[in-house]
Amino acid sequence: MSLLEVKDLKVRVEEREILHGLSLTVNPGEVHAIMGPNGSGKSTLSHVIAGKPGYEVTGGEILFRGEDLLEMSPDERAAKGVFLAFQYPVEIPGVATMNFLHVALNAQRKARGESQLTTPEFLKKAYAAAASLNIPRDMLKRGVNVGFSGGEKKRNEILQMALFEPAVCILDEMDSGLDIDALRVAADGVNALRSQGRAMVVITHYQRLLNYIVPDFVHVMSKGRVVKSGGKELALELEASGYAQFEDAA
Amino acid sequence: MNVALVKNETGSALSDSFAIARDRLPGTGKVAAAREAAFAAYAQAGLPHRRIEDWKYTDLRALMREVLPLAPAPDTAEFSRAASAAKLHAIDGVRRLVLVDGVFAPKLSELGGLEKGLVIRTLREALETGDAALQALLFTPDNANPMVALNSAMMTDGVVIDVADGVVLTQPLQIVHIASGTVPAAMFTRSLLRLGKDAGATLVESYIAAEGAKAYQVHDSLIISIGNNSRLDHVRLNEDGRDASNISSGVVSLGAHAHFNTFGMMSGAGVSRYQATIAFAGEGSRVETNGVNLLNGKQHADTTLFMDHAVPHCDSREIFRAVVDDRAHSVFQGRIIVRPHAQKTDAKMMTRALLLSDDAEADNKPELEIFADDVTCGHGATTGALDESLLFYLRARGLSEKEAQALLIQAFVGEAIESIVNDGLRELAIAAAQRWLEARG
Repeated sequence: MSLLEVKDLKVRVEEREILHGLSLTVNPGEVHAIMGPNGSGKSTLSHVIAGKPGYEVTGGEILFRGEDLLEMSPDERAAKGVFLAFQYPVEIPGVATMNFLHVALNAQRKARGESQLTTPEFLKKAYAAAASLNIPRDMLKRGVNVGFSGGEKKRNEILQMALFEPAVCILDEMDSGLDIDALRVAADGVNALRSQGRAMVVITHYQRLLNYIVPDFVHVMSKGRVVKSGGKELALELEASGYAQFEDAA
Repeated sequence: MNVALVKNETGSALSDSFAIARDRLPGTGKVAAAREAAFAAYAQAGLPHRRIEDWKYTDLRALMREVLPLAPAPDTAEFSRAASAAKLHAIDGVRRLVLVDGVFAPKLSELGGLEKGLVIRTLREALETGDAALQALLFTPDNANPMVALNSAMMTDGVVIDVADGVVLTQPLQIVHIASGTVPAAMFTRSLLRLGKDAGATLVESYIAAEGAKAYQVHDSLIISIGNNSRLDHVRLNEDGRDASNISSGVVSLGAHAHFNTFGMMSGAGVSRYQATIAFAGEGSRVETNGVNLLNGKQHADTTLFMDHAVPHCDSREIFRAVVDDRAHSVFQGRIIVRPHAQKTDAKMMTRALLLSDDAEADNKPELEIFADDVTCGHGATTGALDESLLFYLRARGLSEKEAQALLIQAFVGEAIESIVNDGLRELAIAAAQRWLEARG
C-alpha cells in the first residue's frame, strides 16, 4: 500500500480554485520533490495535507496508509505520522521550546495509545536529537522560535521531525530565507532522517535545495496540476530552461 | 425602574443589619463615630449602579442586588473546614495569617518566632486598644467611594502589620481569606501594612472558599504605606467560590525611592471588583502592576486602578491581561493623573484581552489626565481571539484544540506571572491558572 496517495485533488480558497485535480503517489523510503513557479499551488498542497483550516476540498481524496486523511483533524494527522515543516515557522512567546516539544510528543504518543515520556526520559531524547543538529541547549529554553534566526527556525523544524519520527515529512520551501551554510546544515539534518520506512515530499521553488537533498522523483506543478514527472535530472533541466514552458502546457 | 425605591430597600435592610451588627464591631468613641459617619455616607449612596461613571460597567445593584448580613463568628466546624481549605494556597516558607469568615483565626495562623522588627496584631485589637494615630490611619480611605465607606463602617477584623525601618523580611507574609459559612453572609475585613524606611517585604493575599461555603460576600480593604527606599512585592490571588462576590479596595502610598511591584489574578468569584489607588508621595519611586483576569461562565470581574503621580520623577507600569470565555465580562479601568508639578513622570498602561467566545466581553477604559508638560505617558489596548496561525502550528504538532488553546493561554498569562519574584508565589499563581484551565475542560 502507498504511504500517501493524493488522487485528483481539487481545492478552493474562498471562491477560487487553486488545485484542479492533482495526483501524487508516495511510497515508503521515497523522496519526492515538487517544483513549480510561485502561485502554482505547491504550498496549498502542503497545507491541505496537514489540515490547515481555510481550504475547501471540492473533489478527490488524500489517503494515508489507505485511510481518509481529509476526515482527520490536524492533530490526528500528526499522531498518525504526517509532519509539515513550515515555510514560516511561527513564533510563540511564553511557550518554552522544550516544554512545547514535550507536550507535543506526549500528545501524539497518547493519541497512539503509547506511554507518556517522563521529563528525564524526554530530556535525554531531546538533547540527543538537538546535539546531532548542532542546536545549543540554550535555544531550547527560549520561547518557540522567538528570536531565532531563519536557520535556527528551520533547524527547530527538523528537530521536531527527529523527535516525532513521522512517516511522511512535507518540507515546505525549506530553503526560503536561508544562506548557503544554513541550508547545508538543514539539509544534512533532513538527510540523516531519510530511511526505508519514511517518505519525504520536498517543496521548493529552486533547484538549489535538491543539490543537498537529492530526490528520487521530481514533479513539476503549474497552475494547480502536476504537469510533468521524472527523475532527479528533471530538476536540472528546469534549472536550465525555467518554468515558462510549463506555464503554457498547463 | 424606580431607583429611589431600590435604594431605600437595600439601604434600610442594611441599616437594620448595621444596627444589629454594631455590638460586634470593635472600637468605641472616635472609632464608633467614624463608623457612623461612614455608614451614613454609604446609606446615602447605596450600592453603586451604572449611572455612576466609575461603576458604569459594574452595576452592583444588578450584579449583587444587596449587601448580605454580617457573617456569624465561625464555630469549630467552620474553623476545621477552613483549615482544610487553607491547603489550596499553602506554600512553604510563608508566614500565614488566616481570616475565617472575616475573623482572625489564631490557631490557623503562624504568629510564633516573629522576625525582629516585625509586629503583627489584629484589626480588632488595633481598633479596641490601639493608639489614636493608628486608629486614624485605619480610617485613611475617605467615604467618597460607597463600597469603601461600607467597609469602614462594618470592618470587623483583619491584620495590622508593621515592619520597622531597616528590616527586610525574608519570609513572605500571607493573608488568607477563607469563607466557610453555610448560610449566605458578608464578611468585612481591613488590613494594614506599614513598611518603614529602607525596609522590604513580600505580601500575598489569598481568597478562597471552604467546601460547602454558601453564596457569600467579601468586602475587604488593604492600606499600604511604603517608606523611603523600601520595596514591597505584593501578590493577590482570588479563587473565591463561583457564587461569591468580592469587593476589595487598596490604598497604597509610596515614599521616595520606593518600589511597589504588584501582581493580581482573578480566577474566582462570580462578581468581583478590585479598586486600588496608588499614590506617589516621594520622588524617584517606581510601581509595576500586573493584572490578570481568567474568566468563564457568567463571571464578572472589574479591576479599577488609579495611579496618582503627585510628585516628579516617578515611573509606573501597568499591564493588564484578560482571558474571557463563555458569557463572562472583564472590566479594566485605568486612570492616571499627573499633577502639575510631577515633571519627568514616566507612566505607561497596557491592556490585552483574549476573547475565547463570541459572547465574551472585555471593556477597557483608560483615562489619562496630564497637568505637567515634561512627561512620558502612554496607553495601549489590544483585544482579539487566539492567533489562528499559532493554533494551527500547535495542532499540526499533535495538540488537540483544547490543548493548543491551553498552551497559548498559559503563555499569555505566564508573561504576567513572570513578574512575581518569589519562586513559591509564582508557582502558586501558575497552579491557580492551571486550575482555571483544567476546569474549562
